[in-house]
Amino acid sequence: MDTKHEEFQHSRLHTIISSATDRLAGSVFILPTVLALLFLSIFPLIASLYVSLAKFDIAPGGFKFTFVGLKNYKELFTGSEGTHFLGKFAPSTPLTWIVFGVVVMALAVFLARYLLKGKVSMGGLMGRILLTIGLGLLSWMLVHTLWNGGRLGTASTTLVYVFVGIFFQYILGLGLALLTVQNLPGRRFFRVIFLLPMMITPVGVAYMFRMLTDTSKGPFTPIWQALGLIDFSWVNNAWGARTAILIGDVWQWTPFMFIVLVAALESQPTEPIEAATVDGANSWQIFQHITWPAILPVSMTLVLIRLIEAFKIVDLPNVMTNGGPGTATQSLTYHAYINWRALDLGASGAVAYMLLFLVTFFSMIFVNLIRQRTVEAL
Amino acid sequence: MKRWFQSKTINTPSPVGALLSYLVLGFWALLILFPLYWLVITSFKISSQVAEGPFYIPFVDYQPSLDAWKYILVGDLSKDTLRNFTNTAIVAPVSALLALVFGTTAAYALVRFEYRPRVGAILTFIGCVLLSIFTISKGVPWQIALAVSAVVFFLLLQTIGRRFQRALGNNDIAFWMISQRMLPPIAVVIPIYILFQKLHLLDTYIALIITYVTSNLPIVIWLMRDYLNTIPIELEECAAIDGASRYRIFSSIVLPLAIPGLVATFLFVLVFTWNEYLLALFLSSAKIQTLPLTIAAQNATRGPQWWNMSVLILIMIVPVIVIAIVLERYITRGLLIGAVKG
Repeated sequence: MDTKHEEFQHSRLHTIISSATDRLAGSVFILPTVLALLFLSIFPLIASLYVSLAKFDIAPGGFKFTFVGLKNYKELFTGSEGTHFLGKFAPSTPLTWIVFGVVVMALAVFLARYLLKGKVSMGGLMGRILLTIGLGLLSWMLVHTLWNGGRLGTASTTLVYVFVGIFFQYILGLGLALLTVQNLPGRRFFRVIFLLPMMITPVGVAYMFRMLTDTSKGPFTPIWQALGLIDFSWVNNAWGARTAILIGDVWQWTPFMFIVLVAALESQPTEPIEAATVDGANSWQIFQHITWPAILPVSMTLVLIRLIEAFKIVDLPNVMTNGGPGTATQSLTYHAYINWRALDLGASGAVAYMLLFLVTFFSMIFVNLIRQRTVEAL
Repeated sequence: MKRWFQSKTINTPSPVGALLSYLVLGFWALLILFPLYWLVITSFKISSQVAEGPFYIPFVDYQPSLDAWKYILVGDLSKDTLRNFTNTAIVAPVSALLALVFGTTAAYALVRFEYRPRVGAILTFIGCVLLSIFTISKGVPWQIALAVSAVVFFLLLQTIGRRFQRALGNNDIAFWMISQRMLPPIAVVIPIYILFQKLHLLDTYIALIITYVTSNLPIVIWLMRDYLNTIPIELEECAAIDGASRYRIFSSIVLPLAIPGLVATFLFVLVFTWNEYLLALFLSSAKIQTLPLTIAAQNATRGPQWWNMSVLILIMIVPVIVIAIVLERYITRGLLIGAVKG
């Protein structure tokens, strides 16, 4: 009798404890991550905001930061760092005005269409106005620095890397994925080969491409000689150097697009395609109406991931060209790194914050407008 | 004639289509393999053979030598190589595994639990972090500053924080976590460097592992959240009715079902941590250097030592490829289910 009572008590205690721990489960599962992210993301973020607003000095017994307000940012936009960050602006010509005018018109149409749709919310309107202003300013910068007589700053160069790079990576990745999901003997071999570049450390890839692009000792020397380019190092030409870096970037990151798109294509149900073939659709029609809508959501996630990662490009320009000729191939991360190396931590922080601002700006546009719209349209 | 252009089944291309596909695939394979081939043959060259111009085929164009391999593996650099290889082999898998553990539990929590953090609490928290940073920068010892901020935080939370009842949801938390990946490492590396310096953790495994785990958590959450979403909730409900605790459900039902996703995610994160350069450059000085730093260090005062670099790059790729081939059948399966959701 006694033992039974004890047992009963014991099990009740057990239920109380287990239900209490169960109620805690929600916190137990998520807290480590939240704390880790707070510890190493929020704190450094705020601290580096302070760094970007301060001047760094070596002081006796260490170092000190003196608060200087927005001086570092002012320097970045209008001061001595201005041409480095924003680039050298060519004088406006009628043609630049026309191009810029077209962009502004497109943005105006976009805003007007939103206003005329009738479902205007405060947040939506604010977001769209910010977007219009941001894109307008960026296109003003791009139009004037890309023009003859202008010179790209690190901000425009990074944008070129990101958008040109992602465009080619996606197109090539999709094309190769479409080819390897066909029932071809040996497709598994190709898949393994195509994955290789992703596995190599980016620094290694950068050195490898420096070897390959060498015009006097690299493997393509005979080709350069045949073209009469032996004295003309294409890595010393601004756009040549940028192209070389883009080739390296595309070489390394196409596999990432490729493998995820292969997974997406293979998970597609085959019935709709069979039905369409019976109805006499050709392969382009099948792709356009069945395959493309099916892989669109994955593609959006994929492009977003690459968009965020591509802004951080640093190894390739650092190793392949040292940012040169001049500052032509420097990316924003590399720009911040140079300032850090020169112990100008404040300027470095300011560049890093502008980079963060750009990444957030484009990710927000992507998540809120492009991704939502394309996925909803299905 | 016509059968050359006709496909037998939907997925099998016509003979002409197959030929064209092979041409394109072969061309791209060549583009991938040629740089790697160049790495391999460069690793068997000596400096004069690199300097005198391009040589393509060993034994025909030039006499291959094992000098670089010897230098890296048994010669002068062997101690550095071994130490840095060990460092990489410890830091990368451990960080990837820890990121996987924390990231997966968090992803599971975001899929199955409901959280409603209040805006007021978040704002007071940010305010207190700002306060502590401000006081520390004014020269107050960090222990005191943190303690004071914590006290202020709890006081404010009990009084003001309660007034703002507006709350965020799971999607907002997920977006916040994922957006941590948007931080360029260069933006946070200086404070992290100072932080670890103050804690006397610079040039230790702990510093590198903590940094890698946090910087890769967003990727794990991103991939695993999509994956866990596809696991039917009915199984877990049945287990809950049978009296299993939350932890037991997670460990004996969810985890086994998620293995393909876990493996694919682990591989991705492993590749990222194995190859990471910028953070390692800042956080390690001598003892805890990783292999990417050894590669960069071969660009010495005498100019880049291409042959040594090639050897090191090849040494670095091999383990990753072996792991990737062993786990290959999981990769597509793992990405597959996660990918459906998008």
